[in-house]
Amino acid sequence: MSIKKDTIRYVADLARIGLSEQEEELFAEQLNHILAYVDQLNKLDTKGIEPMSHAVSMSNVLRDDILKDGLSNSDALNNAPEKEDGSFKVPKIIE
Amino acid sequence: MEEFTKYTASELKKKIAQDSLTASDIASSVVTRYDKVEEKVKGFAHFDKLSLLERAKELDKEPCTGDLSKVPVVLKDNICVKDELTTCSSNILAGFKPPYDATVVTKLKESGALLLGKSNMDEFAFGSSCETSCYYPTNNPYDIERVPGGSSGGSAALVAADETVLALGSDTGGSIRQPASLCGVVGMKPTYGRVSRYGLIAFGSSLDQIGPITKNVSDCAGLLNVISGHDPMDSTSADIPVPDYMGSLVGNVKGLRIGIPKEYDTESLFLDKVVPVNETGVKIKEAIKLLKDLGAEVVDISLPHTKYAVSVYYIVGCSEASSNLARFDGVEYGHRAKHQDALIDMYKKTREEAFGSEAKRRIILGTYTLSSGYYDAYYLKAQKVRNLIKQDFDDAFSRCDIILTPTSPETAWLKGLKIKDPLLMYLSDIFTIPANLAGIPAVSLPCGYDSKGLPIGLQFMAKHFDEEVLLRAAYTYEQNATWQRKKPEL
Repeated sequence: MSIKKDTIRYVADLARIGLSEQEEELFAEQLNHILAYVDQLNKLDTKGIEPMSHAVSMSNVLRDDILKDGLSNSDALNNAPEKEDGSFKVPKIIE
Repeated sequence: MEEFTKYTASELKKKIAQDSLTASDIASSVVTRYDKVEEKVKGFAHFDKLSLLERAKELDKEPCTGDLSKVPVVLKDNICVKDELTTCSSNILAGFKPPYDATVVTKLKESGALLLGKSNMDEFAFGSSCETSCYYPTNNPYDIERVPGGSSGGSAALVAADETVLALGSDTGGSIRQPASLCGVVGMKPTYGRVSRYGLIAFGSSLDQIGPITKNVSDCAGLLNVISGHDPMDSTSADIPVPDYMGSLVGNVKGLRIGIPKEYDTESLFLDKVVPVNETGVKIKEAIKLLKDLGAEVVDISLPHTKYAVSVYYIVGCSEASSNLARFDGVEYGHRAKHQDALIDMYKKTREEAFGSEAKRRIILGTYTLSSGYYDAYYLKAQKVRNLIKQDFDDAFSRCDIILTPTSPETAWLKGLKIKDPLLMYLSDIFTIPANLAGIPAVSLPCGYDSKGLPIGLQFMAKHFDEEVLLRAAYTYEQNATWQRKKPEL
């Protein structure tokens, strides 16, 4: 599989990252290089092998539903680039 | 003034008791050392003399009997400390001061440790050389023209340069062990789940683990004692008892079965892409001989899927990273682009301006491998091969108690050498990545120097939750090795 510049642009859009023309070119070249390397995985037969998402066996963890204090509103907003009336402020969402 | 940071934690604790040293005495000595060598090392991302002296004064107010009372500790810049800068050495977290402490930080504070500041790192831990930090590259104390390794390069360099006694790093694909190896110090990645990840800013959630970087094996055990244990705030932390790791410091490997994977031989196939590793190979063979002479049994083993580890790691790691880093969007914290028309535009400009090149590359790669149409071919395939790699280890550990390999295919390289070639950089983690994929514990410790005087590291790997055998083998090697140790000249 070979990645072209418009694929990079499409994926960057999915990832919500703006890229310069130069970056699109560079990343297309580098990602092709990396994907050519990882294509070695396709040489392996993995029929019947379970995909592994965690290395150590995990079970679902539940806790008692007890009301506890979380972050205060002011602590949560402390690092906000912009805030207003106890909320995070963002540019307009609806056109 | 005496530089107390040259001591190990156990030496310093004796010194504190003998000479009734205060935390303020030690903090002043830290500042002296910092002024003398930090310009050359550049290991700190955030260091504030005044607040360090303040913290020391606070510690002196009440007597503390904790295990690490007054002992200097540096934290990697991705570990949250309440109200202290925590930026992952990235512009996107410029000015970020977390509203809470990571669990390891709470534990360190309870043990009376003197927290010095935050160490420099590759941006978001993406790198093996500490060159992708948004601040500056950190230098290797043994040769400041060379890299300290990464991503916990700052932590390893500061321990090696005697700017601190202890440090914490994080390890997703070797980020503790590889810089420890390149800087001639001890670094351990505990078993996945041994140490709480609460408050560690996530990179690859199924791979990340916090661990100690120290001057010797005994300090590694001591620091592991303090940070280990179950934490209800991290649902992946293991709810099983933690032994006293100081009890593992036994100088005896009689009957211990040490596995040597044939695929990790320094001349083997996948290393033709990396620099020749002959000097490293010689030192590793000397270490094997020493352990054999001490009564260990050497067993040939095979880890046939190792050659796929880097591929699996970059798919799994980048996929998880692209998802974890979605939260940095200029809304709740950190950088926000100034000029924006609407929300999506704000996200894009913020992330374009503030992420470095390697972060962008990994987010793009991870988004691609998770995207519709490619998920099965890349992400799912990688997860299956990950299982095969884990099965290799299960098979190997039925025949041996511990596995010995080099930590890094080569010693510290010159700055700038690999930064333009991402794949070449990725391949420098070939020996360390498999332990993260399998979730097993591994430690790196110094085993000599190459002809340029640069440190070489050896790695031990063990079964899940068997940090004890790692410490025992490492301690025995350290106590019996006859090569001459030398501190870096700074």
